[in-house]
Amino acid sequence: MIFRSFARGVSDDGNGLGRGRGLHIGVTLGPSILLFLLILPFAGSIASVCLLRTSSTALPSWIAGTVTLAAFLLTAASYPYVQEGQVLRFYLEWIPQLGLNFTLRLDGFAWLFAMLITGIGFLVVVYARYYMSEEDPVPRFFSFLLAFMGAMLGIVISGNVILLSVFWELTSIFSFLLISYWHNTAAARDGARMALTITGIGGFCLLIGLLLLGNIVGSYDLDKILESGDAIRNHSLYLPALIFILLGALTKSAQFPFHFWLPNAMAAPTPVSAFLHSATMVKAGVFLLARFWPALAGTSEWFWLVGLAGVITLLIGAYFAMFQQDLKGLLAYSTISHLGLITTLLSLGSPLATVAAIFHMLNHATFKASLFMAAGIIDHEAGTRDMRRLSGLFRFLPITGTLAMVASAAMAGVPLLNGFLSKEMFFAEAVETHADSILDRSLPYIATLASAFSVAYSVRFIHMVFFGPPPVDLPKEKPHEPPHWMRFPVEFLVVVCLIVGIAPAWSVGPFLHTAVVSVLDAETPEYSLSVWHGFNLPLMMSITAMLGGTALYFALRGYLARCDDGAPFFRRFKGQRIFERVLVEISWHWARLAEKRIGTRNLQPQMRWVVGTGFMAGLLPLWVSGFETRPFVFSGIDPAFAAIWFIGICLALGTAYLAKYHRLAALVALGGVGLIVCVTFIWLSAPDLAITQLLVEIVTTVLILLGLRWLPKRTEGMEEKITLQARVRRFRDLGLAVFCGIGMTFISYAVMTMPVPDAIANYFLENAYSQGGGRNVVNVILVDFRGFDTLGEISVLGVVALTVYALLRRFRPAPDSMEKPEQQRIQNRFDAERPERSEGDTVREYLLIPSVIMQWLFPVIVTFAVYIFMRGHDLPGGGFSAGLTLSIAFLLQYLAGGTRWAEDRIRILPLRWIGAGILTATATGIGAWAFGYPFLTSHFQYIELPLIGKMPAATALLFDLGVFSLVVGSTVLILVALAHQSIRINRLRAIEVEKAKEAA
Amino acid sequence: MEIILSIAIGVMTSCGVWLILRPRTYQVVIGLSLLSYAVNLFIFGVGGVKTNVPPILNDSIATSSLADPVPQALVLTAIVIGFATTALFLVVLLASRGLTGTDHVDGRNDPR
Repeated sequence: MIFRSFARGVSDDGNGLGRGRGLHIGVTLGPSILLFLLILPFAGSIASVCLLRTSSTALPSWIAGTVTLAAFLLTAASYPYVQEGQVLRFYLEWIPQLGLNFTLRLDGFAWLFAMLITGIGFLVVVYARYYMSEEDPVPRFFSFLLAFMGAMLGIVISGNVILLSVFWELTSIFSFLLISYWHNTAAARDGARMALTITGIGGFCLLIGLLLLGNIVGSYDLDKILESGDAIRNHSLYLPALIFILLGALTKSAQFPFHFWLPNAMAAPTPVSAFLHSATMVKAGVFLLARFWPALAGTSEWFWLVGLAGVITLLIGAYFAMFQQDLKGLLAYSTISHLGLITTLLSLGSPLATVAAIFHMLNHATFKASLFMAAGIIDHEAGTRDMRRLSGLFRFLPITGTLAMVASAAMAGVPLLNGFLSKEMFFAEAVETHADSILDRSLPYIATLASAFSVAYSVRFIHMVFFGPPPVDLPKEKPHEPPHWMRFPVEFLVVVCLIVGIAPAWSVGPFLHTAVVSVLDAETPEYSLSVWHGFNLPLMMSITAMLGGTALYFALRGYLARCDDGAPFFRRFKGQRIFERVLVEISWHWARLAEKRIGTRNLQPQMRWVVGTGFMAGLLPLWVSGFETRPFVFSGIDPAFAAIWFIGICLALGTAYLAKYHRLAALVALGGVGLIVCVTFIWLSAPDLAITQLLVEIVTTVLILLGLRWLPKRTEGMEEKITLQARVRRFRDLGLAVFCGIGMTFISYAVMTMPVPDAIANYFLENAYSQGGGRNVVNVILVDFRGFDTLGEISVLGVVALTVYALLRRFRPAPDSMEKPEQQRIQNRFDAERPERSEGDTVREYLLIPSVIMQWLFPVIVTFAVYIFMRGHDLPGGGFSAGLTLSIAFLLQYLAGGTRWAEDRIRILPLRWIGAGILTATATGIGAWAFGYPFLTSHFQYIELPLIGKMPAATALLFDLGVFSLVVGSTVLILVALAHQSIRINRLRAIEVEKAKEAA
Repeated sequence: MEIILSIAIGVMTSCGVWLILRPRTYQVVIGLSLLSYAVNLFIFGVGGVKTNVPPILNDSIATSSLADPVPQALVLTAIVIGFATTALFLVVLLASRGLTGTDHVDGRNDPR
């Protein structure tokens, strides 16, 4: 096989160059074309985004035009690589462990589609250049359009099915953005949302289907999947895989029963409709069906599922199209019908039908794109697309009219135009028997009927718009021909329709053959692309349809000129209405019901669930793996330790008991528990923890004390009678609490008495000095071994401090906290009663001697903080505790002299401390890169300092400095922000007073 | 030693759980502080309970008999972060009290 050697040529690139440079350059250039082709539209899209602020409409159009033209030429230039069943590939490892690789693969069929996408894309860009108005944000339009084109190319040239699914999703997203381009209109938003919902669900199903398929084959590689058709069809998972893939393809191609999104997507600008709904988006579905045809087709499941959807769509699409009043609505239903035709062809499982399907994909894209653009011109010139208002436009738009006539003749399947050829092939296939069944036997009649409908709506399109009396009361006066370049894309496509229609074998023949061979490979049938096949049954069917359709139109003409939009009877059930009802049902009613039944907005039940689940999660593993009873070994109790914990337990119970009515007492008790925890740490060989715990205890207590002032008064006896319900709730909570406590006791005892496994502790103990240069192993772990964790933790600390700060900036106390606290009022009254005192004296004199001591202690504590910091690497201490110490030094000044006094003397700027801290820590980490080491690698050496002596100088010390600075900043920021509320409230009070005065 | 510590952890857990199930925000904040003591001690205890062997290298004690430094390092940052979260809860409590006028955890006194 040729492509095999190709792949080798690429993967062994290095060797290849050595062997024969000249020969290999040509070969290796090929695959990179694919990557370039894929990147090009996305790059253009990004370039367009950069122009969002410019008002020029020309520049983005030129960029888009250049990009699409370049992509088109690139695709055209890659034709030699795909001729005669060759495949061009590009391979890049992505996640090879999961079988995911970035494989691009271009064969004849993909090439043909790429030509269609880039070619029609270019024409659409040219057209849009003139279609878009000055007010529209043109760069955004082109950016979305190019990105969509890139995604579509991605679908076509993906060589890995997961990659294909990624691009598939991208087309859904970009089509959503394109359809909702005029997002100020409700129709555009609704249409876009519906398209996204339907195609998004389809895309999800497709992913499931492709995963199943990959599972069956054992590879996500497209080639492998296409090779193993028999294995797939005989696998037990074939049916589910097929159903999911079909859900993806049918939703995308707007096949029954998912067809209703397409007419609603017509709210998009016409260039978008011309591109998405003729050549690309909706074609992706049938592309997928044809792509996987060798792997999935040929079974009766395939025939029935695909066939039923196709036939029904073919018929109802054509039927509905006849009754549309909107030009684009007519074209949308016609598109649905033609896609149904292609789907029907693919369902038959016969190679000849597949040839016809591929051919019709091409033909439909050309005539439908040109018709959409013509409809856009009519809309542009006449100001409306409503066929009841349009009439006799031929006299104003003779050239556009002629072009539209040829294109709709192609749509109707008139001889000498491309639509005729593929329609004949369809009729020929419809007549043949493939899988004998009702569906198969009725197919010729259905085909003829649908074709007659299609003739009827084509005739209607032309007759109603261009013939008849001159139009009256159009939104735009005097329609005239558009600029020549706006018409050029239509002209070009119509010429293509004619050339293909007149000389198919000569014009499109070889390319079609390349595509057919790449899909069908050995199964490629004999087929003839000629206009005349003699008087045969398909021709008779064509003639019948032609005459019948024309007659049908003229019979219905009077009705159609007046009737409402939509087919009679069916216009009452709108797919859209059903869709919306389902959405409302699921996303509103069901959600409400679920919330009502199983949700709660109250915190307490939620907490109960959290605690209960946590308890069960702890119990379950024990339950499953069984308990192990061990003889209780009494290891002896240190009476002193027992005594302090006796106090600790009493304090903990006291905290729980007092927290409701005696907040201050509870806080004191809590602090007592904290101190006993601190003593425990010292007792059990954790001096670092003890220091930190002690310091944190201080700041926490101050913090909560600051908060207490803003809480409502709560005294015993305030509570009304306790209900039975409340009593039950309390007992339940008590039970839960007791169970959790007992559980924790058992687990902790079990864990603590089990021998400690030889885990990572010894590694740290042994290497702390040799690798981290410190004797305090805890500190070395924090700043060196696990420095990255610490970096994360101090970031959290900084974020929390900033959040607290932000929350307090807009803090408004509750009305009953607005008054001055009772103590202050008493003190002020005392001051006011005595003439020699002024208000505030008593507060200032309060604890005067301790205040002076606290002020004097400031330098001492600062020195202590420096000391703790410096010794941290070798002895208990370090950045965390030093930072807390320094912040306590600051805090004491606030406590001693009050906020105003402290801030007159020292300005702390905690935000800068936080910033400096995080920057220092990160910069230390990044510094390691400069020496070629990973992030946060530390370096250390001892340096000799005069007077002080030998001193460790590790870069970890610098990191610890960052920690220190951040801890200072965060702690001070939190506490100061809270303390400032007392000053702010004075301002608030003044404002309130002023307001009251004004009101009076 | 272990039995005392386990009972202490259990009691603190009980008190903490009881408090976080209460309806007043202050009780919840205090309860969370108590729970964090219990959890810190538990994590600390996982490394084994040893006296007089702090994980500070010196030449007189063999490294293998020192206390496990890993839980200590974990707990050290947990203590500091515990302070930060207590502060955050407290401020959220105050803001909620300012907005709703009540210190009930649901922002209203009447249970629905």
